[in-house]
Amino acid sequence: MKAASIEFCSVSKLYGEVAAVNDISFTIAAGTLVTLLGPSGCGKTTTLRMIAGLELPTSGSILIGGADVTRIPASERDVSMVFQSYALFPHMNVLENVGYGLTVQRLPKPDVHAKAQAALTTVGLTGFDERLPSELSGGQQQRVAVARALVLEPSVLLFDEPLSNLDARLRRQMREEIRDLQQRLSLTVVYVTHDQAEAMAVSDRIIVMNKATVAQEGAPRDLYEQPKDVFVAGFMGDANRVRGTLERVDERFGDVALGPLTVRLPHRNLPAGSVEIAIRPEAVEIGAPGSGGMAGTVRKAAYIGGVMEYTIATDIADLFVISMAVDRPLAVGAPVSLTLARHGVVPIAAA
Amino acid sequence: MSFDRKALVFWLAVGAVGYLCVPWYALDASVLSTAWLRAFTAKTNAPALLQALQHGRTWLLPIGALLLASAALLLPALDRNVRAFSLLALGGAGFLYTFAQGFAIGAQGWSFDALAHAWRPFATGQFGMGLGAALALSAFAMLFALGLAERGYFNGDAFIAGSIVAILASTAIFTFYPVLNIMVSAFQDDSGAFSASAFIARATQQKVWGLGCLSGGPRCGVAWNTLILALICGAGTTALGLAFALVVARTNFRFKKLLRAMSILPIITPPFVIGLALILLFGRSGVLNHVLEIAFGIEPSRWFYGLPGLVLAQLLSFTPIAFLVLIGVVEGVSPSMEEAAQTLRANRWRTLVDVSLPLMRPGLANAFLIGFIESIADFGNPIVLGGNFSVLATEVFYSVVGAQLDQGRAAALGLLLLGFALAAFFAQRWVLGRKVYTAMSGKGDSGLPTPLPDNVRRVCYAAAIPWIILTVVIYAMVAVGGFVEQWGRNYTPTLKHYIKAFGIETGANGLLWVGAAWSSFWTTVKLSAIAAPVTAVLGMLTAYILTRHRFRGQSAFEFGTLLSFAIPGTVIGVSYILAFNVPPIEITGTALILIVCNVFRNMPVGVRAGMASMAQIDKSLDEASTTLGARGFTTLRRVLLPLLKPAVVAALVYSFVRSMTTVSAIVFLVSAEYEWATTYIINRVTNGDYGVSIAYSSVLIVLMLIIIWIIQRVVGTRRLGRRAGVGPGVVPQLGASAA
Repeated sequence: MKAASIEFCSVSKLYGEVAAVNDISFTIAAGTLVTLLGPSGCGKTTTLRMIAGLELPTSGSILIGGADVTRIPASERDVSMVFQSYALFPHMNVLENVGYGLTVQRLPKPDVHAKAQAALTTVGLTGFDERLPSELSGGQQQRVAVARALVLEPSVLLFDEPLSNLDARLRRQMREEIRDLQQRLSLTVVYVTHDQAEAMAVSDRIIVMNKATVAQEGAPRDLYEQPKDVFVAGFMGDANRVRGTLERVDERFGDVALGPLTVRLPHRNLPAGSVEIAIRPEAVEIGAPGSGGMAGTVRKAAYIGGVMEYTIATDIADLFVISMAVDRPLAVGAPVSLTLARHGVVPIAAA
Repeated sequence: MSFDRKALVFWLAVGAVGYLCVPWYALDASVLSTAWLRAFTAKTNAPALLQALQHGRTWLLPIGALLLASAALLLPALDRNVRAFSLLALGGAGFLYTFAQGFAIGAQGWSFDALAHAWRPFATGQFGMGLGAALALSAFAMLFALGLAERGYFNGDAFIAGSIVAILASTAIFTFYPVLNIMVSAFQDDSGAFSASAFIARATQQKVWGLGCLSGGPRCGVAWNTLILALICGAGTTALGLAFALVVARTNFRFKKLLRAMSILPIITPPFVIGLALILLFGRSGVLNHVLEIAFGIEPSRWFYGLPGLVLAQLLSFTPIAFLVLIGVVEGVSPSMEEAAQTLRANRWRTLVDVSLPLMRPGLANAFLIGFIESIADFGNPIVLGGNFSVLATEVFYSVVGAQLDQGRAAALGLLLLGFALAAFFAQRWVLGRKVYTAMSGKGDSGLPTPLPDNVRRVCYAAAIPWIILTVVIYAMVAVGGFVEQWGRNYTPTLKHYIKAFGIETGANGLLWVGAAWSSFWTTVKLSAIAAPVTAVLGMLTAYILTRHRFRGQSAFEFGTLLSFAIPGTVIGVSYILAFNVPPIEITGTALILIVCNVFRNMPVGVRAGMASMAQIDKSLDEASTTLGARGFTTLRRVLLPLLKPAVVAALVYSFVRSMTTVSAIVFLVSAEYEWATTYIINRVTNGDYGVSIAYSSVLIVLMLIIIWIIQRVVGTRRLGRRAGVGPGVVPQLGASAA
C-alpha cells in the first residue's frame, strides 16, 4: 500500500448561498488515522465527500499525495470509502461486491477472485462468498464494505460514520478492528463521527469542526485537556463552565481565583482579569465539609454503575461532578467541600 | 483524467459516414431498402460531398470543413482548455449551421425573399434532411457534449454530458419546435404574414366563446364546452376515486381485489372503447332505448350523444386514474393521527371531517386537476360520442381534416387547448409544491386505520357497486358485441365481423391475410415495438439524470421535461403536421413520424416509472460504485440497471401498450400507407360499422391483457432481498392519458 497525505488549502463548499464548508485548511499526514468530529450539520461529511471527489469544492484546492486533485472526479481518484449505509450492491453476492472495483478496471477474473478473497481474509470474513448482502448480519455487512474498499489498495481510505448502524457491543469491537487494520497496513484513514469517545479511541489526531469551519485540531489528549474554546470544551466530553479571575500572570502560568479556591494554571496567553474556565466533572474532588476548599451542598445524586454523578450547588455555580467513590455515596442535601485537581481545569476565554 | 479519445474518434467516424457514405437527403423510398445504392451519385441519393461538388449544392461544403477541422483535435499534444473550447465551438457551429442551411434553403432555393435579395440565388434547391444529415447532426451534438465534459461540466463525465445534450436536442426538435410552430401558425393570416388580429379573430370567434346555451340558444362555444366537461369530469372522478379508495383502504368490502384489478383497465383499453360500448347500451339503437320503446312506446332518440354521454364515458374512463392517485393519499394518512383524535373524544365522523379529510386536501386537489387534464386532452370519447357537443380536441381535428381545412384555425384552437392544459399543469405544480401532510413512508406506524362512519360507508358502497356493475356490463358488451349480426336490429350470433377484420385464407402462395384489419394491425404492432424500447431508454436515461446528477440549469431541464408532458396529444398532432410537412424535416406520411410521435408522447411514462424506482435505490450505491472507479455509464449498467430491471420492463410494456392504444396525436399523422389500429376503428365507428369496430377493439384488449399478464409473470418473481420493493408500479399522474 502507498499511503498518501491529504491537504486542504482554503477549501469552501457552497450550496447556493449556504456554506457547508467555509474556508478550511488542514493537513493529514500519510499513514495516520484522523477523525473529523463535530455535531450534525457541521460540514464533516461534506469534507469527507470532497476528499472522495463526490463533491467538488466551490473554491480552494485539495491535494492528495502532493498532487492537486481538486477537479478530478471520484472515479479517477485513488480513494475508497466505506459508507454509513455500507451501500453494498444488493444484487451482487459478497465476492462480486468486493471484486467490483477490480472488475470495473477489467482485471482478469481469476485475479479478481484471488484479490477479493484476500481482502475478505484481511477483514476476517471467509466462507460467505456466495451470500447476498441481505443474508448477512450488520457486522458482516460492515466487513464486506471494508473489504470492498480495501481491495483497490487505495492511498486513502474514508469511513463515513461506519459504526452508527451497529449495536453498542459490536461498535467497540469494530472500531478496534478498524484501528488495528489501519495500523497493520499503515493506511491513511479519514474517519467521520459525531461520537467523541469513538473519535478519541481510534484517532491519531482529531479535527473538531463546528459551523462549517475547523474549531480545533490536535491529538485526542490535547483536545480534551487543552480545548481552545467553549465549543470544543463542551463537545469533547462534559465540562462545567464557570467564571473566575486570572491574576499574577508570568511567562506561562497565572493564578486563577474561583471563589475561595486558587489554582495555578497555564494562562494560554489570556490577559489578566475575568476569564471563563472549563472544569471537567472528574477534576472536582469532593472532601468532607470543613476540610478546606469551597463549600457546597449535594443537590442531585445518581448511581450509574461505575461512578456516581452529582450536581453540587456552590456559591459560584452548580457544578456537575463525577466521583469514583461509589462505596460512600452522598445523600441529597449533604454538605461537602470541593477542591480542584491539576488536570482538567482550563481557562478558555476572557469573559 | 485521460481525455475520452475513443468517443471523439467514434463520433467523428459517424459524422464522416453521414457526410461521405450515405444519402444526405431523405429518400422517397426507405433508406433501409438499399435501392439507393444502385444510383449512388444521383441528385436525390448522393451523399453531401457529392451533392456539393457534382450537383451545385455548395452550401454543404462548410459542414465537411467543420468535420475535418474537428479531426485535428485528435492531436495528442493539444492543451486541454484549447481542445475543450474547440470542441464546443466546432460542435455548436456545425449543429447550428447544418440546421440553418436546412431552414434557409428549401426546395426552390432560398426560403426567404430577404435572403435571396442579399445573396446570389442558387440554381437548385434541396430536399428534407435524411440519414446523412441526421448522422452529421448527431456527430456535431456529441462533439459539443464532449467539449462540455472536457470543460469539467457534469463532473467531466462524457456519457452524462452526451445524454443530456441528446435528450435536450431531441426534445427541442420533436416537442418544442413543433409547439413553437403552432404558435407561429396561429398568428399568421392566410397569406402567411404575421398578424395578431388573425389570431384574435380565430380565438375569440362566436363558435369558440359563444354563450348561446345560457340564453336558450342551441349551443355554447367549444371553449366553454371543453371547460364545463373538464370541471364535471375532474370533480366526478375525484369524488368517485375517493369513494373507491376509502372502500379499499377503510372497509372490509368483499370485492377489493376486483376494484384494484379494474384500475388497470384504462391502460389496456383504447380510449374510445368505453364510448363505443356506451353507444351499444344507450345509443339510438342501444339496449336501453330498445327496452323503453317496447315497454313504454318511447321513440328512440339520440339523447345520449353530447354532454350526458361524454360525462358518463369520461367518468368511467378516468375514475381508475383518480383511484390510483387517491389510494396512495388515503393510505398515507397516518392512523395514529386518527387515533389521537379519538383519544381526544372525537367520534368517527368528526375524525374524518376534522382530521383525515383536511390531511388529504392536497391529494384531492391533485386528483381533480388530473381528471381535468385528462378530460380536456381526451379525443377518443368526444369523437364517437360528442354529437353536436364539440370540444376543443375534436374541433382542432375537424379544422385540419374536415371540409374546413384551415390550419391557422387549428393552430389557434390548439394554442387555446395548450393554454388550458398548461394552466392546469401550473395549478397542479402549485398544489403539489405546497406542504404535503401525508406521511410518505406508511411504515413505522403501529396504529390501526379508523373504520368509516356507517353513513359514509354506505355512500361509498352506493358509488362503488353500480360502477363495478356498469364496468362489467360494458366490457361484457365489448366481448359480445363483435359476435352479433347487427347491434340493435339483429342479434343473431355470427363470426362475420371477425372474419371481415381478421380473415386468413390459404391461397396458392401460402397464407393470405385477407382481413381488412391486418394491415393497420401489423403496422401498429411493428411501429409500437420499435417505439417502445426507444421510449424506455430515453425515459430511463432522463430519470437517471434527473434523480442522480446535479448540474447548473438542472431545474430548467427538469421543468422543460415535465412541461412537455402536459401538452395534449391533439396539440402535438397538429403541431407535427405543421412542423414536419416541409424541409428541413419532412417526415409527414412516413412510418418515422408515427414512431417519433409515440416516443415523445410516451416518454413521461418511462421517466416517471424510472424516477419512482430510482428514488427507492439509495444514492450511496452510486457513490460507492463511483469511489470504486466506475464512471457514469458503468454505474448505470452494472449497479442501477440490474436493480431497475422490473421498472425497465414495466416501462417497456407500458409504452408499447400505450402506443398501441393511442389516438389523439396519431390520428393527424396516419396515412393511407401507414394506418393505425385505433384510427382504423374510429373510421369504422364514424361510418356506423359497429360490428367490426367492436371486434377489433376486443382483439386489442385481449392482446394487451395477454402481454401484461405474461410480463407480470416473468418480472414478478425476482429476488433482491432487502430492496425487493422496486416493483413495476406505474401510477399515471398527469396529462398522460392514452387519449
